[in-house]
Order: sequence, then structure tokens, then C-alpha cells
Amino acid sequence: MNPIHLGAWDLLAAAILILLDAALSLALGLGLHRQILVAAVRMVAQLTVVGIVLRHVFATSSAAATLAVILFMIAAAAREVATRPKQRLKRQMNYRISAAVVACAGFATVLLALTTAVRPTPWYEPRYAIPLMGIVLGSVLNAASLALDGILDGVVRERARIEARLALGTPFREAIGPLVRNAARRGMIPVANQMSAAGIITLPGIMTGQLLAGMDPIDAVKYQILLMFLLAGASGLASAGAALLAVRALSDDRQRLRVDRLRA
Amino acid sequence: MTALSATPLLSVRDLRSPFGGPFTFDVHAGECIAIQGPSGAGKSVLLRMLADLDPHDGDALLDGRPASSMSAPDWRAAVVYQAAEPAWWEDTAGAHFADADRAFVDTTLAALGLSAALLDREIERLSTGERQRLALVRSLARRPRVLLLDEPTAALDPDAVARVEMLLRERLAGGMAALIVTHAGEQARRLAQCIFRLEQGKLTRS
Repeated sequence: MNPIHLGAWDLLAAAILILLDAALSLALGLGLHRQILVAAVRMVAQLTVVGIVLRHVFATSSAAATLAVILFMIAAAAREVATRPKQRLKRQMNYRISAAVVACAGFATVLLALTTAVRPTPWYEPRYAIPLMGIVLGSVLNAASLALDGILDGVVRERARIEARLALGTPFREAIGPLVRNAARRGMIPVANQMSAAGIITLPGIMTGQLLAGMDPIDAVKYQILLMFLLAGASGLASAGAALLAVRALSDDRQRLRVDRLRA
Repeated sequence: MTALSATPLLSVRDLRSPFGGPFTFDVHAGECIAIQGPSGAGKSVLLRMLADLDPHDGDALLDGRPASSMSAPDWRAAVVYQAAEPAWWEDTAGAHFADADRAFVDTTLAALGLSAALLDREIERLSTGERQRLALVRSLARRPRVLLLDEPTAALDPDAVARVEMLLRERLAGGMAALIVTHAGEQARRLAQCIFRLEQGKLTRS
């Protein structure tokens, strides 16, 4: 079965729904019409650019171009992770931690998939590497930013408790333990929920896409299962990594809690 | 002072940070030093530096051993700091004590006139004064060599204050040393052999 190709008129028909939203906003005085129209135009422009770039990269199958696209995606995800928490570490540590965590979790899981389950030729085949990295980074971004926020926010809230334990001679690891576990757990909950809801409450996006593109449901499901495992692994790495690195940045060789390393 | 005088239990040498100091003084076993001064003068800064909870220059020595030569948890278990508003991390006060300390906790609670039933009550349901005295029991249960107390009796009535002071005197007689930050001049005179005044980060003997 071949996918049904969409033409410009098909998309324009769907765009009527955007106008409906804008009309609703006007009629009900929601003040959202401008925002919706701008967001819709932005979305179309962004996706068109991505489509053109990917078509070019897929056509050349060049390793350098694939790597460039992937590094750009990692940088964008790392930036998002770093800027989501309210609290910021000094010396750009938010950015450094985010870049390390996003890159490690992303590469580790995508390389695993490319070398074991998917095995395209060449192994970096952009048609596989780029979408895999994209979906993994979505989960990594969520997990890492939740965990990072959990530590940075928690350290301010729990400061007196942690220092009370330190002051009695408790080692730093033990005093900070509950906070680290809490933050890492927060980062991993979304993917656990996502797995248990998959197929029943939601048809995962990638599977929907493949079904629409004409793939056999069982094949689409297999891909989806593989992806869920990848996302779970990446989320675990990202949330544990972000929590541990953030805690390390907030301590020193004398096992002190260095809240002064947060920007005021 | 003769050459025979014992080495101080705690020696403070040029201890300083951007927020206070330099501080230099000695505390001997059994001795209590009171520190007085206006709010914001750096009294807590001094105690926190002594407990190695804040970064600083200079050194503090316990029995002649510099803090930097000991692991930070070992140092803090020996030089225990108790904040003005002690924090709790478990649901009940009792959960903060090791089972091995049970007998010590019971006798110390009795000495303070507190019921052992308080140990099982949730922390939020205890009064400020009860929490403050339980925190003192928690600090003493670590068997500190030096105890750093920040306003330990601020929320207590005169009878409770007298019991706390009696308990502290007992521990001092047992060889512990104490630094106590207090607004109450009376208390400083009752407990301390030596009273320091701290103003704008500078320590003077008064």
C-alpha cells in the first residue's frame, strides 16, 4: 500500500481549522487569535525548512551533514533543558550540565539502536539516525529538565534540612540522597506513564505517522516498542545524569552545600 | 600562662571569609565562650565557618589537628553546629535518633523536663520551645567535643532556660567546650568564662 500524497489544497482545507480557532478567539474575546495565527505560520515555516534540509541530507547520505544536523538538534535540546529551571547555576553550569547530559543520553541510546536493532547501511544512514535522535531528544529534554529543576529548586527549599544533617557530621551523599532520588524520579515518571498509556489512551505519534504512511500495524507496533525502550533508557540516563551533575556542582571537596553557586 | 598549660581543645587561627573575620582565639576543654553583638554582625557566619559549613580561609584546629587534615563529616561530628531554627528531616523527632542512643536520649529528655512521648509526635505539632530543646538533645547525642549553639534558649521560659543551662554545665564539666551566641547578657554571664563582642565582623573581648 502506498501512502496517500498530500497536495497544497489538502493542507489549505485543514488550515480552515486554524481560521476557525482565530474566529472563536475573536468571538469569545480570548485574545489568542494573533498568537494562534503567528504560531501556525511559524510551524509551517519551520517544518518546511526541516523538510527541505532533510530531503537534501537524505539525498546525499553524507556523514558530515548527518552529524551537523544531529549536533544542531542536541544544542537546541540542551539550551531548552538549561533555560527551563527557574534557578540558574553560576559559570554557565546549567548549559554545561545540559549539554553533557543531552549529548550522552542521546548518543548512547541512538548508537545502540543503530548498531543492534535497526542496522541500516551505512550505519549512520540519516533517514534512520536523524528521526531516532529527534524522538529520543524529546524524551531526554523532558527528563533532564525535570530532574535539573528538581535539584536546583529543591536545594533552595531543603537547604536548612540538608545543612542540619551536614552539621551533625552526616556525609554529603547521605544528606542529599533524598533530594537526588526525588529529582531523578520526577524525570523518569513521564516515560513510565507514556509506556503504560501507549496504545490504549494514546496512539503514539510515531506509530500514527507510520500507519498513515501505509505501514503494516504489526510492523508499526514493533517500531513503537523499540522506540519506547529507547526512550525509557534515555530518560533514565538523562534524569539520573542531570540530578547527579547538578548536585556535584552544588558541593565542594569539604562536602558543603554551596547554595552560593546559584545565581541570586 | 605557663608552658605546662594544656593545649587548647579548639584553636581558631585567622579564620575569615568575605562576611567576617579574621578570628583568632582558643577554647579549652570545659570552657564556654559567649558571643554577643547586634543582628547581622556575623555571629552565625563565625559559627558556620567553625563547623566548616561555609568556605573560608585560615584554619581551626581540634587538639592541635587542623580541620583540613580531617574529613569534613568527622570534623562536623566533633564540632557540632546547632542553628537558631534547627531543621528536621524526618516526620517525628524520634526518627532522628539512632537506636543505640535511646538511653542517652531518655535521660537527657528527663533532665530537660520533657516527656519521652514527644519523640513520637509529628514535628509540626511540637511547640517552638519543644523543638529547640529536642534539637539540643539531638546535638548532644553526637557526643560533640565542641558545641556551637546559636540562640539555643530564645523560645524558652525561665524554668526551661535554667534546665538547659544546667545540662550544658554538666557537659562542660565532662570536658566539652561550647561557643554560645546569645542575646541574653544574663545567660552569657551565668554560663561563660569569657564573653566576646562581635561587631561588623570583628571580635573583641568584653
